[in-house]
Amino acid sequence: MSHEIEILRLLENNGRLSISEISEMLNIEREEVERIIKKFEEDGTILKYKAIVDWEKAGVEEVYAIIDVRVNLTREKGYDDIAKRIAKFPEVHAVRLVSGDYDFQVVVRGKSLKDISFFIAEKISTIPEVRDTVTHFLLRTYKEEGVLLFEDDEDRRLAIVP
Amino acid sequence: MSRDVINRRVRELKPSGIRRFFELIIGREDVISLGVGEPDFSVPWRIREEMIYSLEKGITSYTSNYGLLELREAIAEYYRKFGVESTHDNVFITTGVSEGIDLALRAVINPGDRVLVPEPTYVSYRPLAHIAGAEVIPIPTDPEFKITYDDLVRFRNEKIKAVMLNYPNNPTGVSLRKREIEEIADAVNELDCLVISDEIYAELSYNFRHFSIAALDGMFERTIVLNGFSKGFAMTGMRVGYVIAPEEILDAMVKIHQYSMLCAPVTAQIGALEALKNGEEELERMRSEYMRRRNFFVRRLRELFDVVMPDGAFYAFPNVSSTGLNGEEFAEKLLIEKNVAVVPGDAFGECGGNYVRCAYAVSMEKLKIAVERMEELVNSS
Repeated sequence: MSHEIEILRLLENNGRLSISEISEMLNIEREEVERIIKKFEEDGTILKYKAIVDWEKAGVEEVYAIIDVRVNLTREKGYDDIAKRIAKFPEVHAVRLVSGDYDFQVVVRGKSLKDISFFIAEKISTIPEVRDTVTHFLLRTYKEEGVLLFEDDEDRRLAIVP
Repeated sequence: MSRDVINRRVRELKPSGIRRFFELIIGREDVISLGVGEPDFSVPWRIREEMIYSLEKGITSYTSNYGLLELREAIAEYYRKFGVESTHDNVFITTGVSEGIDLALRAVINPGDRVLVPEPTYVSYRPLAHIAGAEVIPIPTDPEFKITYDDLVRFRNEKIKAVMLNYPNNPTGVSLRKREIEEIADAVNELDCLVISDEIYAELSYNFRHFSIAALDGMFERTIVLNGFSKGFAMTGMRVGYVIAPEEILDAMVKIHQYSMLCAPVTAQIGALEALKNGEEELERMRSEYMRRRNFFVRRLRELFDVVMPDGAFYAFPNVSSTGLNGEEFAEKLLIEKNVAVVPGDAFGECGGNYVRCAYAVSMEKLKIAVERMEELVNSS
């Protein structure tokens, strides 16, 4: 693995690693680490740093829905045009073009089921190219961004092993 | 009962030095243990899942004494990456490398045969060789921790039966490059003896690819390669290892194994097969994590002690004599005052007396705290 890729992987897993920590782990100069990170931040390879929050634990009521969206393509409107239109709503958490029975998978975040239902009815279904939608409300998340949201793998090893 | 109830050779064994230390730890809270010689990762999930599925299917019987044929074939193929050409006829499955060491020694040692053991090294070679009836000759390798041609050829006229090798090494992490192994092989040829090569840390080599001494011309015939799945694939508790050896020696080892062990656990063998088929990615993930920890940890340790850069495994072996303490005193003080456990180096041979073994098989977060506590201890005294 090149240092550049390894730094991206490390930051993807822990965005709060310091430059000196990374330089110690990879055994390369601090300046080199700094240069690589700066380059990736500037060219948009690193988009942003954020925390993965277990909102349920924080006691904040949030509702997520995953919406399957089928669309009709026209000469004037392709996938990109429709996707951008959907993506610009702040309620929309993610938009992905996918293969299979439908075209887009849209993740929407809202305060309540009603909130999300109205949003879909008013903002998504009314887009002329949208043929139909199927809404799945999210009930529980077990793994998010590669992080398990449940306790696992407690250390059962003996304190001293030769 | 007479006082001879215990076998003389067993009675002569010294109790393990680690035991006393282990008891010091019990009951203490907030201890960060760098004393654990096994991965902090669990068995990769896809391997666990394969073992669970095999249990669901009811695969729970004995296997052949040699182990599953498919696994033996996979191992022969796999070991080409370390340079060794063999077929499944040269491979059998053991219950961990520990059994392999015992079998290798019992299969070849006659009472009084001399066995060379470069030290510091893994704790079981000397006791098992002693029980097998050997006269053990330890060779200190400090401070570089590499056995050399000169170290070995001194024994040219001593009728040596076997040399035990363990590279990458527990407890030092030091390993040998191909040209260094070639020199060892020259010495072994001059001694006209066998090599028992414990290569359990082969996959955890960071500076260069591991190279097996059995891969050199003429060496396969006199080498017993021992390896397993415990370290690289984090499968310690599954107890599955293997032997690669010339058929005559292999058959002698299987003769003992068929009576003493019968076969390695079938579930573990199935897990091992999955490890070889689909475990490479997980292995790489763990290996690069160990390597990052090593870089971080050794750099910080070197601000406190003399430390040889480990090439592999997950150990660092600092010389703590600059603190005015020997390894055992330092380890005890570190535990009592700072709640960090390490293993006194003399557990791995007398020449390790001024050293301690620190295993970095703990998370980076814990490793950071541990090294900070070590810094506090050293800087306060």
